[in-house]
Amino acid sequence: MTFKTIIEPGRSEKNYWKDLWRYRELFYILSWRDIKVRYKQTTIGVMWAIIRPLLTMIVFTFVFGRLAKMPAGGNAPYAILVFAGLLPWQFFSNALTESSNSLIGNEKLITKVYFPRLIIPASSVITSFIDFLISFALFLVVCIFYQYTPPVQIFLMPLFWIMAFAASFGPGLYLTALNVKYRDFRYIIPFIVQFGLFISPVGFSSSIVPEKWQWLYALNPVAGVIDGFRWCLIREAPNPLFHYPFYISLTVIVFFIWLSIYQFRKMEKNFADLI
Amino acid sequence: MSETIIKVEGIGKKYIISHQGPEKYSALRDVIARKTKKWIKRKEEKFSAKEEFWALKDISFEINQGEAVGIIGRNGAGKSTLLKVLSRITEPSNGRIEINGRVASLLEVGTGFHPELTGRENIFLNGAILGMSRVEIKNKFDEIINFAGVEKFLDTPVKRYSSGMYVRLAFAVAAHLEPEILVVDEVLAVGDAEFQKKCIGKMDEVSKSGRTVLFVSHNMGVIAELCQKCILLDKGEVKLHDKTNKVLDQYNVLLSNSFSVYENKSQLNNSLHIKSISIQSRSGNNIFSFNEKIILKAELNITSEYFEGIHLGIALLDKWKRKIFTTHKLLEGSEKGTYFLSIPEQLFLNGYYSFDAALFVPNSSVFEYLKDICPFEILDFSSEMAQYASADTGIIQVKCEWN
Repeated sequence: MTFKTIIEPGRSEKNYWKDLWRYRELFYILSWRDIKVRYKQTTIGVMWAIIRPLLTMIVFTFVFGRLAKMPAGGNAPYAILVFAGLLPWQFFSNALTESSNSLIGNEKLITKVYFPRLIIPASSVITSFIDFLISFALFLVVCIFYQYTPPVQIFLMPLFWIMAFAASFGPGLYLTALNVKYRDFRYIIPFIVQFGLFISPVGFSSSIVPEKWQWLYALNPVAGVIDGFRWCLIREAPNPLFHYPFYISLTVIVFFIWLSIYQFRKMEKNFADLI
Repeated sequence: MSETIIKVEGIGKKYIISHQGPEKYSALRDVIARKTKKWIKRKEEKFSAKEEFWALKDISFEINQGEAVGIIGRNGAGKSTLLKVLSRITEPSNGRIEINGRVASLLEVGTGFHPELTGRENIFLNGAILGMSRVEIKNKFDEIINFAGVEKFLDTPVKRYSSGMYVRLAFAVAAHLEPEILVVDEVLAVGDAEFQKKCIGKMDEVSKSGRTVLFVSHNMGVIAELCQKCILLDKGEVKLHDKTNKVLDQYNVLLSNSFSVYENKSQLNNSLHIKSISIQSRSGNNIFSFNEKIILKAELNITSEYFEGIHLGIALLDKWKRKIFTTHKLLEGSEKGTYFLSIPEQLFLNGYYSFDAALFVPNSSVFEYLKDICPFEILDFSSEMAQYASADTGIIQVKCEWN
C-alpha cells in the first residue's frame, strides 16, 4: 500500500503540496474546461478579448491624452502608453473577478469530490491569462499600426507576466474564500476593480505622481506591474528596477500571496459545509 | 485479505445551526451589524439562537480490505455526512480516521459534467475530477464508451443527451475507476432497470477483485445482494455493524418502532397534495396480527377544481422495499378528502412492510410520490406457517388445495 491518509480535525496536512502536485492533471483539465467553455458559449468569444481593450484604449487616449493633455513622457504615441498599462490592468481585473467567483461557481464539485481547492481559483486565473495573451497580440498589431518598435526589454516580458499573475492570484484567492463565507462580498469586488482602475497608472504615466508620494502609490501592487510592463514595451519608460517603489509593490504582492494561501488553507476544509 | 484498510476512531461531526435566518451562509453586512451592536451594548450577549447539532457522534468501525460494506439508516441518520468525511470533502470535528489507499468517492453521478462540452471531453473532465490520470482514461476510453453505449454521440454536447444517456455515460466513467476504496452514494437509483443491473454487476466485480466498497442506499435489495456486511446508523451513531442479514432485521425493527403516520408538514400552496397517511392496529401501534385487517387512512387536500382523472395509488412494500402489489382509486371530487383502504386479513405473513403512495393521472403525470412511508410489522401466531418462526416461508399465505 503506497498511499496512506489520516483524517483528523485541524490537522495541517503534511502532504498538502504533494497532494497539489498529485492533482496537477485536474488543474490542467479544469483550466482547459474554463477556456473551452468560455470561447464556445459566446459566439463572439475571441472577439470579446479584442474589442474590450481596444475600445478602452480609444476612450482613455481621448480622455487623458487629448482632453486632459497628460504628458506621454516621450515619443511613444499616447495610445501605446495607455495600452501598455491596460494590458496588465485588464488581466488583473479579469483574473480578480473570475477567481473570486470561482469557488461559488463550482459549488457542485466542492460538495461532491475532494481535491485541493486551490486548484479552482488558480485555473480561473489561467483563463484570464489566455484573454491577456490575445490582448497582447493585439498590442503588437497596434504597434505595427503606429509603426512603433518596442525596445529589446520586450523579451523580459514573461517575468512581468509572472508578476502580474502573482499580483492577481493573491487577492483573488483571498476574495474567493471570503466570498464563500460572506455572500455579499461579491458586491465589493466590482467596486475594488473600478476603484483600482483610477489609482493605477493606466491612463497616465506613473511619473506624474509626486516623488514624496511614490511610496504610498506603490502600495498598489498593480502599479509596480504596470511600470514593469511600460519599461518592457516603451522605449522612453524608466527602468522600475532602479527605483525603490517597484520593490514596495513586489513586497506587497509576495505578502498577499502568503496571506491568501495561509487564510485559504485555514478556511478550505469548511468550504463544503458553507457553500 | 483481512488487512484493515479503513480504521475509524470516534469520529464526530458538529454543525452549528443558526436560527436567526434561513441562510446557511452569513452576509458580511449582518456580521458587521451584529458586531457593532455588541460593541455598543458592551455586554456579552448569549447567542441563544445558535444550536449545536451533531450529525455524527463517536463513530468507530474498521473495514477490511476487499469487503463490500453497506451503510443504512433512516433519512438524516448521518449516512451522507459519514461518506463526506471519509472522502475528505468535509472535516470531522473530532476523532481520527486512517485510510490505507486511494479513495474515490461517487456521491453523485456526473459530478462536474459540463453541458456545453461533448461526451468525449466530459469523459476526460469527469475522469480527472474523480482522480484518474489522463493516461488511465485513455487506456480505458473504449471500455467506457462501450459500457455506456453512446459511441454515436461522442462528439455531441452532453446538453443534447437524453437523461438516460447522460447517466449511463457518467456511471461508465465512474465504474472504471480503480482506487483501492470506492465510496458510493445511492447512484444506482437512476437509470433503467437493465442499466441498474449492469451497474450492480460492475460493483460486484469491483469488490470481488479485492477492492473495498462502501455503499449507501435505500434499496435494501441491492444492499443485500452486494454487501456482506452492513453498518446501521441511527441519529448519527453506529447502532450495529454486522452481517447484512442481521443488520437489515435490526433496521426494520428500528423503522417499525417509529410511529406510523406520514404527515406533510411543509405548508405547500400546492392545491393538490397528500395531507397525511396513517395506519393503526387494534393494539394502538403499528404491529398487526395475522388475523387483523390493515386499514390505511389517507387525507388529501384537493382544493383545485381540476381533479379530473386523478388517482390515488397505494403500493405495499416488503422488507426489501419491493412492491408486493399496487391498488388505486379514482378520486371522486373536491368534496371528499379522506379515503380508507382496507387490506384483507389472513394474507400477509410475519415480517416488515411499508407503503408507497402517489397522486397521479395514469400514463400522464405524477403529482406526488411518497416513498417508503408508514412502516408496520405483522406478527403471525396463527397461520399454518407460524410454526416455522424463523424460516423464510414467503410473504403471503395462499389457501391452496391438496388432493
